[in-house]
Amino acid sequence: MEAMLTEYLPILIFLGIAVGVAGAAIGASYIVAKQRPDSEKVSAYECGFEAFGDARARFDVRFYLVAILFIIFDLEVAFLFPWAITLGEIGLFGFWSMIVFLGVLTVGFIYEWKKGALEWE
Amino acid sequence: MIIYAIAFYLFAAVAVASGTMVVAARNPVHSVLFLILAFFNAAALFVLMGAEFLAMVLIIVYVGAVAVLFLFVVMMLDINFAELRQGFMRYLPVGALIGLVLLAELILIGGTWVFSPDAEIAISDKFYMSGEVTNAHALGLVLYTKYAYLFQTAGLVLLVAMIGAIVLTFRSRPGVRRQKISAQVGRRVEDSVELRKVKSREGV
Repeated sequence: MEAMLTEYLPILIFLGIAVGVAGAAIGASYIVAKQRPDSEKVSAYECGFEAFGDARARFDVRFYLVAILFIIFDLEVAFLFPWAITLGEIGLFGFWSMIVFLGVLTVGFIYEWKKGALEWE
Repeated sequence: MIIYAIAFYLFAAVAVASGTMVVAARNPVHSVLFLILAFFNAAALFVLMGAEFLAMVLIIVYVGAVAVLFLFVVMMLDINFAELRQGFMRYLPVGALIGLVLLAELILIGGTWVFSPDAEIAISDKFYMSGEVTNAHALGLVLYTKYAYLFQTAGLVLLVAMIGAIVLTFRSRPGVRRQKISAQVGRRVEDSVELRKVKSREGV
């Protein structure tokens, strides 16, 4: 436990430096620089044009479908990591347990493939 | 150990503060960014507890996928958030009532909270806590054998989510010309090329 946390000490130091540098950069420009905003300076700059409109617009739900399918397979892969480490110790039952899990998800995968949910004309 | 305490209070404080900002931020995009910050701090707290694997899964799944989905919805959906906020005072009593009920439930749960007798054994188990096996290793030793049913249930839940998402959102559109790779590969010279003898000074 102690040894494990010591391994994370460089990351903590790195985080501290990152926060420090970012805070210094923003804070210094906030304190040192002259700030005289006017309506032209603070308006959105879009290649010299006036801003066309709001960025929010209706979009196709298929983007969302792709994202959800990504999450599901992401989780499936997350389950594979501990299994891969312990494969030598959990025996045949553990092995087939994962194969059944993968089989169940493969049923879903075949379903979505045949349904055409992965196609993007 | 002093660093441990400092790190814990720092991460916990930032997690609570960013959780508050998720609710309080005016711009919903900022709310989602604060939510990501809260996830990162929760992952850091997991690391401090020794649950490395959970911390990394939290970052991969929640920050890498779920928060991106949220951001996606918040940035792209055509919802006027200023308009949504207008009825704040009108809905305040109902919202406060629901909040109170939730608070009462949380207090009731907190009051009847008891630690399982197994937890004592698991915590004192030198095998898992001594650092001889890594976190993911200890998880893998029980997840696929002792908790096989729960594991398979997780697989079924994922299957239902997959099929549900497809059934709800997928619409096959007619008149779309798809690429048929088998037809492309199976095409022969005889089917597509025709040789004709063209006499001189005449067209085909």
